[in-house]
Amino acid sequence: MKLDAKIPAGPLAQKWDQHRFALKLINPANKRKHDILVLGTGLAGASAAATLAELGYNVKAFCYQDSPRRAHSIAAQGGINAAKNYQNDGDSVYRLFYDTVKGGDFRAREANVYRLAQVSVNIIDQCVAQGVPFAREYGGLLANRSFGGAQVSRTFYARGQTGQQLLLGAYQALCRQITAGKVTMYPRTEMLDLVVVNGHARGIIARDLVTGAVSAHAGDAVVMATGGYSNVFYLSTNARGCNVTATWRAYKKGAAFANPCYTQIHPTCIPVSGEHQSKLTLMSESLRNDGRVWAPKKKGDTRAPGDIPEAERDYYLERKYPSFGNLAPRDISSRAAKEVCDEGRGAGPGGRGVYLDFAGAIQRLGEAAVRERYGNLFDMYEKITGENAYRTPMRIYPAVHYSMGGLWVDYNLMSTVPGLFVLGEANFSDHGANRLGASALMQGLADGYFVVPYTIGDYLATAKQPQAAASQPEFQQAIAAVAETTRRLLAVNGKRTVNWFHKQLGSLLWEKCGMARDEKGLEAALREIPALRAEFWKDVKVTGRNEELNQTLEYAGRVADFLEFAELLCLDARHRRESCGGHFRTEFQTADGEALRDDEHFAYVAAWEFAGAGKPPILNKEPLVYEEVHMSARSYK
Amino acid sequence: MNLILKVWRQRDAQSQGHFVSYEARGVLSDMSFLEMLDTVNEELTVRGEEPIAFDSDCREGICGTCSMVINGRAHGGRTGTTACQLHLRHFQDGQTILIEPWRARPFPVLRDLITDRSAFDRIMQAGGFVSVNTGGAPDGNALPVAKTAAEAAMDAAACIGCGACVAACKNASAMLFVAAKVSHLAALPQGKAERERRVLSMVRTMDEAGFGNCTVTGSCEAVCPKEISLDFIAQMNREYGKAILRNTAARKSRGGD
Repeated sequence: MKLDAKIPAGPLAQKWDQHRFALKLINPANKRKHDILVLGTGLAGASAAATLAELGYNVKAFCYQDSPRRAHSIAAQGGINAAKNYQNDGDSVYRLFYDTVKGGDFRAREANVYRLAQVSVNIIDQCVAQGVPFAREYGGLLANRSFGGAQVSRTFYARGQTGQQLLLGAYQALCRQITAGKVTMYPRTEMLDLVVVNGHARGIIARDLVTGAVSAHAGDAVVMATGGYSNVFYLSTNARGCNVTATWRAYKKGAAFANPCYTQIHPTCIPVSGEHQSKLTLMSESLRNDGRVWAPKKKGDTRAPGDIPEAERDYYLERKYPSFGNLAPRDISSRAAKEVCDEGRGAGPGGRGVYLDFAGAIQRLGEAAVRERYGNLFDMYEKITGENAYRTPMRIYPAVHYSMGGLWVDYNLMSTVPGLFVLGEANFSDHGANRLGASALMQGLADGYFVVPYTIGDYLATAKQPQAAASQPEFQQAIAAVAETTRRLLAVNGKRTVNWFHKQLGSLLWEKCGMARDEKGLEAALREIPALRAEFWKDVKVTGRNEELNQTLEYAGRVADFLEFAELLCLDARHRRESCGGHFRTEFQTADGEALRDDEHFAYVAAWEFAGAGKPPILNKEPLVYEEVHMSARSYK
Repeated sequence: MNLILKVWRQRDAQSQGHFVSYEARGVLSDMSFLEMLDTVNEELTVRGEEPIAFDSDCREGICGTCSMVINGRAHGGRTGTTACQLHLRHFQDGQTILIEPWRARPFPVLRDLITDRSAFDRIMQAGGFVSVNTGGAPDGNALPVAKTAAEAAMDAAACIGCGACVAACKNASAMLFVAAKVSHLAALPQGKAERERRVLSMVRTMDEAGFGNCTVTGSCEAVCPKEISLDFIAQMNREYGKAILRNTAARKSRGGD
């Protein structure tokens, strides 16, 4: 497989402008002759579907939820970055670009990140025009706050519900195009296979989750915006339905999967309360603007937090990273929390927690001001834990949150299967080995509103593929394959539930491929995963039939894919013998426990290629060449 | 703790439904209500029975997917709480709990506790947006918006579209949902240009979908997990009234239609 990133020539700051001029256009009268399939309706998918429809393309949009408004982008709390420099604090496109590349531990593609920073300013304008109710100052201008990994205030927000408001903006734009007849919406529909004809992505196979009917949809291009794979860990902050199925099945049809080992563990989540736990809840990173993170200095200190005097508290982030303090990036903050808990200084039941304390902020600003900034987060904390965080510090612990890895895409966001475009969390390109806070919303909307609408036209104008039709043998074969997988799942009729297998897989991965990884653990995981997978296909119990609303069957298909994908994740983690961002190999660390990168051997994107069932995947490398930025050891001290 | 559940089971939209009793044994007060149902479903599956179908996704109270009436109250009736955020510490050991789907004609049951809420999407498609295409938007700070207006817009925009308001209303009225969107967009300068067209079209679609009228009992506000205020319904009525009058006047000045 040849990886051509198609990075335009020319100076970094002019690449996107020049590239847009070089891209071929489709004239307005011809756009309506093209059908585009959009999978997923989160920020990336909904914004792409709406924008492509506005341009005149015929769009079919699919989501597994009952309404496109419910995609998991909705749960993003804190905000969205943009290089507006409204605060006059020294921000610029270049600074946002640099912070993002550095935050990603120099494992992102430079040209993509620069473009992301460039279009970030357009996103805010667009969302304001849609009626997104961003927070404002008394003068009527937009308010900002700061976020981890940055020393400027560039984050725009709508209380603690920024993701919700941005998604509703994109959903409303989508609604408008549905009414205009340019988008046909398929809710409660799950993509189960990608159809490739003559080497190009020409359609999908989808299952109607209400009736079980499986159907083929043909189009001129496929846009995949199906989110990340954090749920492979079972417990994560993702929604229950988030899955790897769409990207995994595209991988098996020829799309390279890049850097699956780059997974983000978010430092501020509510700790696990027991075996029954079905998901973890994140407390926005924005809380670290005013909250101070600490742990008792003494091991096994069981006193209530209020009884521990100031002198016996270790504000470890402020101690270790004095210049960024509590706003150290996520990977670093998470590992620091794990470290203090490993030392036996953790708080709360099980000792897996640290304190996030607002006493100082309440004293400084008053409770009302803290309530105005974070009220809904404090409420959410109280609902889940039954504790009042205005009185006693929150207990937090890291949890799996985001996947930086994803399908490999070139500068045009096209995967290694021509005609298959991948946006948002589902692709790999912009966040390197660690994503900064408030950058996921930015990337999803950048890809959907401002990148793919341009680049897809160039593909359509140059690909010149014959019209695809669902009656073609490739579609019929894919339908048969999907039906066969369903039949097999229903036929096992074993004794264990799907959930049991998912939990086993999750705890295995969390233990051996979570916040800290090593050769031995990864070797063990690579032995245990195939065994668990074999057991799944021998002993899983899937009740009901295909021809009905069957949640167990849906779940079984997703877990079956996680069981395959997990192996690739561990394989990638084992091969990357360095520590970078969210990928921390204990063998590779500095004397003071920081990640130790190996730029000489690992400054590349690992793009894995499917080689056939039962065969080891093929590793392809895209070297990361930094024209503008000097790769340096990341320091937040 | 142990609970007795009486759960609505219904095979599909065409079948008759009925209540079935289950025991939830050894559940913990730290569990969420949905985690308790997960536990029951695990046992049912092991026994070879079909698990209880219910909708949920984010499980942190923001996606609006979960939807069930618990002991007669949409989402269980705790202030500002969705079913997924309701914890068992608010129930007593040995308690009997009745669990039903949303009950409203425009929300047909698809299976067990799952309903079809696509009527809400149709109302949104009728005008719940600002008609701007991507690109060409003026600078975000070009038009100052009073903080009070932005806050009022956000209060309304917090709606998660779960449908509890409809489920709680004796008339199955969708007024709170529609009012939230109408008020959100009418509060902002960006939404003002098409405010009349919007409210007329959304209300018409709401009526066509079969939702009932509002008799201002306030049950919607009481169960709304985002505590959307009844005031927005008053605001929408005003928007609607103005739009009707101005539209009539406009039609007359054009010589009627």
